[in-house]
Amino acid sequence: MSAPSETFLGFPAFPEAAHDAVRDRELRRTMRHATHTIRDKRARAVAELADWDELRTAGAQLKERTLRHLPHYLEQLEEAVTRAGGTVHWAADAAEANRIVAELVRETGEQEVVKVKSMATQEIGLNEALAAEDITAYETDLAELIVQLGRDRPSHILVPAIHRDRRQIQEIFRERMADWGRTAPENLTDDPVQLAEAARLHLREKFLNARVAVSGANFMIAETGTMVVVESEGNGRMCLTLPDTLITVAGIEKVVPTWRDLEVFLQTLPRSSTAERMNPYTSTWTGTTDGDGPRAFHLVLLDNGRTDTLADQVGRQALRCIRCSACLNVCPVYERTGGHAYGSVYPGPIGAVLTPQLHGIQSEVGASLPYASSLCGACYDVCPVAIDIPEVLVHLRERIAEQGGKGHRLEKAAVNAAGWVLNHPRALEVGERLASLTRRLQPKRLPGPGAAQWTRSRDLPELPARSFRAWWKENR
Amino acid sequence: MTTPHRPTATGSRARVLGRVRAALADVPPAERPDEVLVARDYLDVHDTGGPGELTDLLHENLTEYRAHVHRTTRARLPETIAELLAVRGSGSVVTPPGLPPEWLSGTGIVRVPDDPTGTPLTAARLDAADSTLTGCAVAIAETGTLVLDAGTGQGRRALTLVPDHHVCVVRAPEQVVASLPLALPRLDPSRPLTWISGPSATSDIELERVEGVHGPRTLEVVLVTGS
Repeated sequence: MSAPSETFLGFPAFPEAAHDAVRDRELRRTMRHATHTIRDKRARAVAELADWDELRTAGAQLKERTLRHLPHYLEQLEEAVTRAGGTVHWAADAAEANRIVAELVRETGEQEVVKVKSMATQEIGLNEALAAEDITAYETDLAELIVQLGRDRPSHILVPAIHRDRRQIQEIFRERMADWGRTAPENLTDDPVQLAEAARLHLREKFLNARVAVSGANFMIAETGTMVVVESEGNGRMCLTLPDTLITVAGIEKVVPTWRDLEVFLQTLPRSSTAERMNPYTSTWTGTTDGDGPRAFHLVLLDNGRTDTLADQVGRQALRCIRCSACLNVCPVYERTGGHAYGSVYPGPIGAVLTPQLHGIQSEVGASLPYASSLCGACYDVCPVAIDIPEVLVHLRERIAEQGGKGHRLEKAAVNAAGWVLNHPRALEVGERLASLTRRLQPKRLPGPGAAQWTRSRDLPELPARSFRAWWKENR
Repeated sequence: MTTPHRPTATGSRARVLGRVRAALADVPPAERPDEVLVARDYLDVHDTGGPGELTDLLHENLTEYRAHVHRTTRARLPETIAELLAVRGSGSVVTPPGLPPEWLSGTGIVRVPDDPTGTPLTAARLDAADSTLTGCAVAIAETGTLVLDAGTGQGRRALTLVPDHHVCVVRAPEQVVASLPLALPRLDPSRPLTWISGPSATSDIELERVEGVHGPRTLEVVLVTGS
């Protein structure tokens, strides 16, 4: 079992965090608008392809093949990257990955890096680790920039600032841009066009002068050693092309067998994430190329709990995830709580199965997340690699129940008591009669640990004037 | 480049691979990767049609993603390029090695040639140029995508990235394929590839699409058909 990531600690468990989030009217409105917009667009983009189900099946199968033979593909990838002029590093956990990246940056003599949006580097808390080494990491994706400037946490996989509306973004740019570089233009309004222009100006000189970049990877092709980064704004291209040194940090599950396999994933990923036929920019590169792009390329392959996830034959399927975020956008729970309530960089349904598996179910957050779902299954329906998220959620609940804990001891005691009563018909009859006679006196909410939590958000069923058994005795 | 030996590195490699193998204890040791079923029952092509229809589809999809598309013939290509640079008001155009000289024969605009083996253009010099003119390796009709492979007439990736205006010439029908499955075999993954579907864009503010962030904010595509 690998050590839990340090970025993961200190957040309240889902029920407490969600309790506050659902009362935030502004957040509810922003989230409802955003998730509904994108889910309708996604449905239209997917409906354009008559063979969507076949693409989805092939995507799931390709990932299954890769996961079942991961050592083979990782070794093949390492060999191909090395042959193409890259250097491969292996990191067992977050601390090691951060150490490797910091050392690689120090070797260049630079103290600043530009970053392409990457879930893996967020997961390991790379920016904070680099800051501790006096290295400044500049996020260059617009939403990541909003999060970084606002000293905030991401709340969505694809659109990390989805919880911010345009007025809040305007404020953040006005107040904070100067701390990180070029000041926001005077008279900046909350028009998204102007806000995007402000980001362009703010980051321009950073791109043109950057010597070191850090990225993630959407896919790594084992056969050829090719990295694939899918993006929209061009900040990715800037980081992947202009600096001298490129450091890519990617989870070991990002590998896919062959170049041809992109014909599946480059059809399903853009339509599932941004609801586009194709995202504006996709960059692919293999090692280094003379006279074009970085002269040094480093690939850091990250475990950080992935092998623990792989060891669980039911939970393993979560590693198929291509981080499209379609499951977030359709989830009734995510829509109402927003992403922060999940207490992890991976929010929403996929986060509820990924976070407990990557970081363990011992922590309060990890043990609460598999319950952050109504099991409606909308996430499974839209998943482009057919991860049966409800199946994994139920499986994780079972594991959590098995490990015990306060709630589960009470539950077991209650079930045992109920079992005894149901096995003793006389006791049941007395109980039913008593319950019927006192029905007017019964509270809507129950006191006591467990019971109070249950009835805070659920009505107790009203008791009938007499039990079915009593009725049957009189009428049969 | 040589990397100094890291004592922990080899240890971690063995450790991670060891953990992966242990996690897969349920997979029969004799099972080969290709024995795990992958059914490629999906379609090769979604929109079937003749070469002319493919060009129309490419045109339509590029336009939908806010690229400006111009149709012309080989004979009128220099005139078309001169015209759109004039309308844009460009004062200078970056040219990659191997760009057919006749493409710019209709204009006296300042050429900023890139010489990657001699003195490549710096990022600052690229930033000061108004436009970039290139060809492409392949175009995908169904998705409205242009793929550049840094080959002849396309140049280094930075050339089509830093200037704010990119003019890309596509020869139809020979460079146009219907779909992604048909495009991949025509591309060499060992080359650095840039797949472009419309100008730079973002939806990060309230999921409202805004064209133009860091890449070229204007993408003009010249579809050259006929002789």
